[in-house]
Amino acid sequence: MYTARLFAALLLAVVCLATQEEYDNDILEEGITLTDSQYGSLWPLPQKVQMSTVVFKLSGASFQIVDAKESSSGASCSLLQNAYRRYFEYIFPSARKQGHVKKKTPASAVSELQVWITSADTECDGFPNVTSDESYQLSVDSPVSVLKASTVWGALRGLETFSQLVYEGEYGAKSINRTEISDFPRFAHRGVLLDTSRHFLPIKVILANLEAMAWNKFNVFHWHIVDDPSFPYLSRTFPQLSQQGAFHPYTHVYTPSDVKMIIEFARLRGIRVVPEFDTPGHTQSWGKGQKDLLTPCYSGASPSGSFGPVNPILNTTYEFMSMFFKEVSTVFPDAYIHLGGDEVDFNCWKSNPDIQKFMEQQGFGTDYSKLESLYIQRWVASFTPALKLKQDTVVNVWIGNKVEEELQKVTEAGFTTILSAPWYLDYISYGQDWQKYYLAEPLGFKGTDAQKKLVVGGEACLWGEYVDATNLTPRLWPRASAVAERLWSDKDVRDLNDAYSRLAQHRCRMVQRGIPAEPLFSGYCAYEYKGV
Amino acid sequence: QYLTKSVIFGTMEVKTSSNSVRFDKQRCSFIVLIMFFSLPAVNAVWPMPQLISSSTDRYPLSPRQFIFQYASGSSAKSGCSVIDSAFKRYFPLIFVDYLKKTEKHMYRTFSMQPMLNVYASIHLSFPFSVVDKLSVSSGQASLRAKTVWGALRGLESFSQLVYQDDFGQYFVNKTEIDDFPRFKFRGLLLDTSRHYLPLPAILKTLDAMSYNKFNVFHWHIVDDPSFPYQSSTFPGLSSKGAFHPSTHVYSQTDVSRVISHARLRGIRVLPEFDSPGHTQSWGKGQPGLLTSCYKGSVPSGTFGPVNPAMSSSYQFISRLFKEVASVFPDPYIHLGGDEVDFTCWKSNPEVRGFMQKMGFGTDYTKLESYYMENIINLTKTLNKTSIVWQDVFDNHEKVKETVLHIWKGSPAQIQQELSDITLAGYRVILSAPWYINHIAYGQDWTTYYNVQPLNFTGSEQQKSLVIGGEVCMWGEYVDATNLSPRLWPRASAAAERLWSDEKTTSSVTDAFPRLTDFRCRLLRRGIQAEPLFVGHCRHEYEGI
Repeated sequence: MYTARLFAALLLAVVCLATQEEYDNDILEEGITLTDSQYGSLWPLPQKVQMSTVVFKLSGASFQIVDAKESSSGASCSLLQNAYRRYFEYIFPSARKQGHVKKKTPASAVSELQVWITSADTECDGFPNVTSDESYQLSVDSPVSVLKASTVWGALRGLETFSQLVYEGEYGAKSINRTEISDFPRFAHRGVLLDTSRHFLPIKVILANLEAMAWNKFNVFHWHIVDDPSFPYLSRTFPQLSQQGAFHPYTHVYTPSDVKMIIEFARLRGIRVVPEFDTPGHTQSWGKGQKDLLTPCYSGASPSGSFGPVNPILNTTYEFMSMFFKEVSTVFPDAYIHLGGDEVDFNCWKSNPDIQKFMEQQGFGTDYSKLESLYIQRWVASFTPALKLKQDTVVNVWIGNKVEEELQKVTEAGFTTILSAPWYLDYISYGQDWQKYYLAEPLGFKGTDAQKKLVVGGEACLWGEYVDATNLTPRLWPRASAVAERLWSDKDVRDLNDAYSRLAQHRCRMVQRGIPAEPLFSGYCAYEYKGV
Repeated sequence: QYLTKSVIFGTMEVKTSSNSVRFDKQRCSFIVLIMFFSLPAVNAVWPMPQLISSSTDRYPLSPRQFIFQYASGSSAKSGCSVIDSAFKRYFPLIFVDYLKKTEKHMYRTFSMQPMLNVYASIHLSFPFSVVDKLSVSSGQASLRAKTVWGALRGLESFSQLVYQDDFGQYFVNKTEIDDFPRFKFRGLLLDTSRHYLPLPAILKTLDAMSYNKFNVFHWHIVDDPSFPYQSSTFPGLSSKGAFHPSTHVYSQTDVSRVISHARLRGIRVLPEFDSPGHTQSWGKGQPGLLTSCYKGSVPSGTFGPVNPAMSSSYQFISRLFKEVASVFPDPYIHLGGDEVDFTCWKSNPEVRGFMQKMGFGTDYTKLESYYMENIINLTKTLNKTSIVWQDVFDNHEKVKETVLHIWKGSPAQIQQELSDITLAGYRVILSAPWYINHIAYGQDWTTYYNVQPLNFTGSEQQKSLVIGGEVCMWGEYVDATNLSPRLWPRASAAAERLWSDEKTTSSVTDAFPRLTDFRCRLLRRGIQAEPLFVGHCRHEYEGI
């Protein structure tokens, strides 16, 4: 966006002097030369920022976050009230609740942040969706700062930004510069995929990472909940799926109330929970609790005892799917369900004589991709009439090589697209790989504007082969933060030096807020991680 | 060389049979092979003992009745701090649920559980004493070791033999172990300069090291980025050179806490004060120590390695090392000596003058040698032996009586280096294949496991000069947030290579299920060890 660049050029001396000193020792040995960003520790960078050198103080004893008088939201909106408390505690981590003394605030101080929801429908009790308005305007001034947003979703983003503007001054006082921010996301879908099938992730870990997602303005938790290795989703309709298919039927499952808690926790942070129930492949664990669902593989003329993808030729398969997904769509309020559909191995289907016969009857010849299509069609047909499920299909591009070609193809065909391929964070390597994720440009493919509009966003994927609760959080953060800025900020925000400075501070902030985000490079945080 | 002998048996009947195999080593190793296929998981001890034989006879252990005892003939007795505290430490490591349960259901459990008439006790005895004390109604385990250090290793093995069945009942199988380490030096390097590691992170690492039978903590305590060691002689070093003078330093109390925590676990603390390079942070608190770099005829404002031309440099090092030698009890000090960049020396007219005076011509390796020889001699006068990185040998420096530490090169170059160094008669420590700060996707532990430290051309005499190896976790990308899962269980692979017999531990396929189990055991003990691959542990890590 041209305007944002113009703004940057117009800025005067905008560096927060106090933070400059604090990070002087954060020496970079190689690659990037470290200079403080004029944008302090903001991450992801807002679309328009205008910061002045005028500094105000904030006092934990008197500062408060309140609803603006004009706001359409009030005390009954617990989503915002919770957020006010949360962000107050982020800003004043050491302020115990010893009663809020309303002292007379000194002149150059910010005593109030007024949150003003402008739209009649605040969406306070609703769920965020792909069309949610996350834009906001923030004006930091003394004595009153104002955060204006059309809905609560924008207010949540603005509160995060406000908390990021606060820094510790030379004598420990909380300080903030006079600032004007106008902000909105570049992409509507900004997701993180976690895989709870290859390793079970305790609820606590999921919640902690939803929290960190909110700090990075991610808004979709793509929950790859089941897969070949285990089926931890406790289904009310088919309890035997997790009874037989989870690593352990009690300690390694997500009960309906766990799921509900996760969805609500996410909602309060403006995050959608998009569940993925991948079929017809990646379903080994389903077969344990649901007999005859999977295709028996044959070795010559007799069954080999192993099983392949879902059996697409039986009516019982579709009856099961219909009932199961009916449950899923009531449990998960999001308008989208991820259906997987990746990596279907045809070998087992090919070996099975019943399927061979079916192929012949259908006139598919030996083209098993036709069988796969038939499965998807019948699945959709058996399912949609009764439900509100959106019929438009979103294609998640994940194949690593030739991403741009793939994007071109998919968008040409008119599909809405989510990009994941450049952001497989489970692939680790030595060094500062965040830079690679940061520089990946989602719209770098050849295509018309209409085609580019079909790319609704992207996702950072952390597949679970080598990841569980022990290493997930430091592996995800701050590497996923690089993706977060790419998906939120303007496409011209790609200066690695500036990003390094802001991201190093952002990671220290995450550490201070209790998330073990790993370091970018040699250096230190004023408050190191203590949770060993 | 210490020797651990632990014999665990339960009944009179068992005692006889165990007696028959006890000293028959060949038969023992034969049994090992069979046992591991018939009894996977249950008897997994990591690292693999030299000789282990176990049977399917198992004995229940009652946390209410189990006791550790010094054997009557033991030369170590109650009051021996290392063993007393080890007993206290290993009880909850063996009975993982015990403390939790007693808090919650102490009385209920006690009354509802059938009384167990079999229990085990550990009798510790030291040389020359005989293991005995068996009663029909009680099982007994005995552990014999020459020194307390061997006893610690034996207790660790014993604790790993205990397992719980599906009902939570503790069991130990009839087992006989005869064990000793393949290499005397089994180290792990932590770097507290590139990132400061809070004390709990170091102590926790020492705990995990003892579970893996590592015995040297190589503390790369200072380097270019920061100087967290709080010196009593030169307090300016950390007050100016640390990331923060009060929150990011190791006080003398901290250091002694690390040393005593390590000692109680049979771990030596080997400090490294790397010079003349890697000393940027030293210069902040010690003006005049580093070489001033020149741009043309004027100082550029930047600094290089320690100035080897000034006698004040040696006086400083001498006083600092005098302190270090008294603070760290280990007879070895690591002097570093790696990656010295000559460009700054070359630019400095004073240094150039010194070169001329000494007749070094333009060969700056001679200047480096001169510096290293000086500080090696200085270390010798403190009655300490020096360890230096391989660069010192590569640059043909005279380094008599020092130990060389290999840190770089391709596999072929490493083999060559091993040959060359040992041929010259030096002792050597191998680290190059175990730089575990270098991460990669997938099961890279297998590379660490497949290292063959003695696979180089050389005589038996030469091979005996390889005193061990060391896992290095350099700190560029590591701090307290990600240290533990990055270390474990990847370092465990090296631990087995350094402790166990290569012949019985050559297969990655055999190691995989054992290491998977061991990783879950580490988790159970509160060590944040990452998974090897898809799967689960009965008790997952509950932190974030």
